[in-house]
Amino acid sequence: MTDTSAIAPGLKKQVLLEIKDLKIEGYTGETWVPIIKGVDLTLHRGEVMGLIGESGAGKSTIGAAAMGYARDGTRIVEGSSIEFDGIELTTSTEADKRALRGSRIAYVAQSAAASFNPAHKLIDQHTEAPLQYRIQKRVEAQEDAIQLYERLRLPNPEEIGFRYPHQVSGGQLQRAMTAMAMSCRPDLIIFDEPTTALDVTTQIEVLAAIRDIVDQFNTAAIYITHDLAVVAQMADTIKVLLKGEEVEEAPTEEMLKSPKEDYTKSLWAVRSFERPQKERPKNATPLISVQNVDASYTGGAKVLDDVSFDIHEGMTVAVVGESGSGKSTTARVITGLLPPSNGQVLFKGEPLPPKYTDRTKDQLRQAQMIYQMADTALNPKVRISEIIGRPAQFYSGLKGTALKSRVDELLDLIELEPSKYYDRFPPELSGGQKQRIGIARALAAEPSFIICDEVTSALDQLVAEGILKLLDRLQKELNLAYMFITHDLATVRAIADEVVVMQHGKVVEQGPKTEMFTPPHHPYTDLLLSSVPEMDPNWLTTLLEERGVDNVGESANV
Amino acid sequence: MGLFVILYFAFLIIASCLAAFYEKRGVFMMLFSLTLVSFILGIVGGAGALRFIAIAAAVLAFAAGISYAFKEFLVIIAPRNTSKELKTAPLTAAFGMFVIFTYAIAGIFAPWIAPHGESEVISSAFAPADANMLLGADQLGRDMFSRIIYGARNTVGLALLATLAAFLMGALAGLLAAVKGGWFDQFMGRFADVIMSIPSLIFALLMLSIFGPQIGVIIVAVAIIYAPRVFRLTRAVAGNVVVMDYIEAAKLRGEGDWYLIRKEILPNSTAPLVAEFGLEFCFVFLLVAGLSFLGLGIQPPTADWGSMVRENATLISFGDITPLIPAAAIALLTVAVNFVVDWMLWRSSGLKEQ
Amino acid sequence: MGDIASLILKRLGLGLITLLIISIIIFFMVELLPGDIAQAVLGQGATEENLAALREQMGLNDPAILRYFQWLGGALTGDFGESVVTGERVSAVISDRFVNTLFLAAYAAVIAVPFAITLGVIVALLRNTLFDRVANVLTLTSISSPEFFLGYILILYLAVKAQMFPAIASLSGDLSLGELLNRTFLPALTLVLVVTAHMMRMTRAAIINLLASPYIEMARLKGTPPWKVIVRHALPNAWAPIINVVALNLAYLITGVVLVEVVFVYPGIGQSLVDAVSKRDFPVVQACCLIFAATFILLNLAADVGAILTNPRLRHPK
Repeated sequence: MTDTSAIAPGLKKQVLLEIKDLKIEGYTGETWVPIIKGVDLTLHRGEVMGLIGESGAGKSTIGAAAMGYARDGTRIVEGSSIEFDGIELTTSTEADKRALRGSRIAYVAQSAAASFNPAHKLIDQHTEAPLQYRIQKRVEAQEDAIQLYERLRLPNPEEIGFRYPHQVSGGQLQRAMTAMAMSCRPDLIIFDEPTTALDVTTQIEVLAAIRDIVDQFNTAAIYITHDLAVVAQMADTIKVLLKGEEVEEAPTEEMLKSPKEDYTKSLWAVRSFERPQKERPKNATPLISVQNVDASYTGGAKVLDDVSFDIHEGMTVAVVGESGSGKSTTARVITGLLPPSNGQVLFKGEPLPPKYTDRTKDQLRQAQMIYQMADTALNPKVRISEIIGRPAQFYSGLKGTALKSRVDELLDLIELEPSKYYDRFPPELSGGQKQRIGIARALAAEPSFIICDEVTSALDQLVAEGILKLLDRLQKELNLAYMFITHDLATVRAIADEVVVMQHGKVVEQGPKTEMFTPPHHPYTDLLLSSVPEMDPNWLTTLLEERGVDNVGESANV
Repeated sequence: MGLFVILYFAFLIIASCLAAFYEKRGVFMMLFSLTLVSFILGIVGGAGALRFIAIAAAVLAFAAGISYAFKEFLVIIAPRNTSKELKTAPLTAAFGMFVIFTYAIAGIFAPWIAPHGESEVISSAFAPADANMLLGADQLGRDMFSRIIYGARNTVGLALLATLAAFLMGALAGLLAAVKGGWFDQFMGRFADVIMSIPSLIFALLMLSIFGPQIGVIIVAVAIIYAPRVFRLTRAVAGNVVVMDYIEAAKLRGEGDWYLIRKEILPNSTAPLVAEFGLEFCFVFLLVAGLSFLGLGIQPPTADWGSMVRENATLISFGDITPLIPAAAIALLTVAVNFVVDWMLWRSSGLKEQ
Repeated sequence: MGDIASLILKRLGLGLITLLIISIIIFFMVELLPGDIAQAVLGQGATEENLAALREQMGLNDPAILRYFQWLGGALTGDFGESVVTGERVSAVISDRFVNTLFLAAYAAVIAVPFAITLGVIVALLRNTLFDRVANVLTLTSISSPEFFLGYILILYLAVKAQMFPAIASLSGDLSLGELLNRTFLPALTLVLVVTAHMMRMTRAAIINLLASPYIEMARLKGTPPWKVIVRHALPNAWAPIINVVALNLAYLITGVVLVEVVFVYPGIGQSLVDAVSKRDFPVVQACCLIFAATFILLNLAADVGAILTNPRLRHPK
């Protein structure tokens, strides 16, 4: 698929799906508002098209519409045309459309764990469509399923289908769902963010499996994602969407090399920011020192196992790892939300009380947090002035005009016009603005140390870059230390001075950034580094050649 | 075939044709199926059945009309934000608000509205209705209409007080449990489970048998019975808020529990709590009515709808509907509150999905 | 399967403890009585000798804890002591009536459960249509009406005006089943009306909740026909919520039955409870309360166990 030369230029390709002037509206409880505002799409047989865009761009809605399906609360506006292999879906009957689904157009959902019925075995759900369409007898269908499982490199293909969904891991379920979509050998598969919910090291094996199987059966696909690097591996052509409208469409290589529109350029250009690395000050006491910390949640197994690292004044330490590696738990131990079962946290050489309730106001003030989801980090029913003003009032006892001028000062600091935002509520702001308010709230306490928990991962690339630059500027001006929790290595490259790699609650490796990014690595660091998709469309192919298909993801030897 | 029957069918058929012509499919389907059903009913039940349908339709139309007018009235007098939301209210909710409004007026101004005193004997027992007594007299010769008006004050007032008591206890405990967590939360949860595993009416009867049917006892008993339900809901609603990062941020700032409850949790849980208040009121109201129907509620001679039903029940066997009127008054208010709550719940769930 | 067994045992244990706590509440609440039981029974005018005699007769001179265990031990063997008003054995008064009440509740349940669940599923499938809206208004109205309102309406129209059924459900010695069903039809119907409305709404909510799951959308996108989506994909996961709805409403029947028995003068345990409350016949009140509460808890227990048994995640552990 990425091998674009396989589709010889000039060869006459047969059109499989043609969408013209697609308009979809959603119901808000009062009126119908447009979600998709006139999108055209042409897909040929065997072609893979990537739909990318931020959340709210309408990617999934278009994906469902390609099956003639409008989710509850949405409707396809008259005048739109969706033609699949000569059949007009907008005017055909529900029964006709149903006859296409599963047999000629299949769907792979984002969350496989939720999309498999918990009450039936995988293979029974797999064979449902072939039996329904009388393509195969049950035994044949089961044999075919086992073959597909094998092709998708699922472990124990003979046996795995006879398990229930909750008995199988996320990455395996996602491949089983791809196998299920293949059960009738459809002409077109819609992949709706199939790897978004997975960890990077799991993602890679699913990507490889999907790409292989689509290639083998020459199936056309629409691949929906918000991750540019992923779509670069998967798609022949890329279509960029913004707020229900098409920005541009081009073959993958061309799109990556020379994007035309400003929006697309902005998506590509962001990973340029990188600030110089700082050295540790000699013989200084670290600002925060985590020493031999063990921790577990009530009654559970150890989540942290002998974790130790230092954070020095004015420096940024990035803590990286996959979900479940214990990086957020470490933050909870430092803030005192989860008292450690063993070990301690020092602040400027003095031990901090393990529970936040036992800490003094000044100790609490020194360490602040910025959260991943600005939506849940800001109380939607409280005015911006109070969100930012409260810490200033609480810690410094500011009142009246002094408080107001402090809030204005903080708003200036995060580059938001004070008079415009002073009286507004969080839901009225954009994601990036909310994140800035979160930063301002942390700054209002005048801390020396801030924990940034995945602060950019919910944001658009361009907005994320703005936040990183802001954090960098603030660090210089206020001499702040950051603990940067992230799974995104590009962010680490951009902002970190030191890196701590965690896996299964242990620190696997730590050191200055430049050392961490130059081999030799710890095998897990190596796996993590190499599993992060890159913008190069040949990245996956090269990686698989280097490693072999059986040595990625869960099956990799670490 | 009387003139009525001819007019009846003529109206239905013309209305269906008009609906079809203006492409109102839903209206047409309703009207025309009503026409077809009327044919059958007319043959089986005669003109009487048709007359019943016509009256029912007229009552419905009247209720719909008054609800619509009342809704428009509220939209105009309410402040901008509220009126925007009111515009989305379905007719049932508007009807509910209208009924609640009427009851409130009747309850507050009872001495001025009621033509006679609450326990004033003015004629013989069970005297039929006349110009002086709109609904006739009760078993002691007191004016039924006046007693129903006073009942709005007594019965609804008692239920309201009891609900308030239950709500204050339950909501406070729920909020505290959500904020504090730990053993306090566990203990309160278990405690609520135990209280809730005794059927409410049975528990009320037990307490009344011990402490006697006095107003104070009723309020306390109802509060004890319903507080656990309020606690559970508040705990659940506040539980959804407590996991938010902004609560964590406030806790790490060192804020006290009371600040968390007042400034961070309450503003985000008012909508479900208000709906829950309505719902609890319905339960409490029905329970209190049931108790007084059993003779264990407000004691005579105070006018109370539940006991009025019981006192006049003998009239039923003579085919008289008078005892049903106070019962209907109970049902109407509960329906009205439920309609409004239904709309509020629908609205808050709709907002969540966005 | 070990998981399931231990979960169920845990749940049963919890139910038992709850029942024990409730028996404590019921017993010791009477102890809270201003004065004591003897005083309450005999009233203000009682002489000291009479009071002392009654105290001796009721064993009130023993410590409360001892009397509690005696009472509990008796209750476990079906002996609830003697009525302080009539002097009869409480068990003798209650046992027949309890059977009558169970019969009435069962009668109502047999009609209401299948009817309500079918309607609930239909309404859930037709959600947001005119039919759904009308059903919503009707069920809300039914829920909002006190049981005695519905009961008297039925008496007025079906018994007094149409003369189809007897207004008073008196049961005498030997009635044929048909006659019995006919006589108890109105009280049963009243209960059916209330419970059906509750059950329909809950079933509807449970099914709609279920239909919003991603796996239902997946089934639709696989081209599964609508009836198969319901039967194969929704129903196997709907058992737990439906069992819950049924148990909750059967429990609700228990409370409703008290008012209905009074309206129709039906010789059930609810009537005895109300009579005993107004006569302050505490042994009878305690016995009735304990029986009602125990039934209520058992039903909830059954629902939880049912939900555990039908949960596919628990039935097929990792």
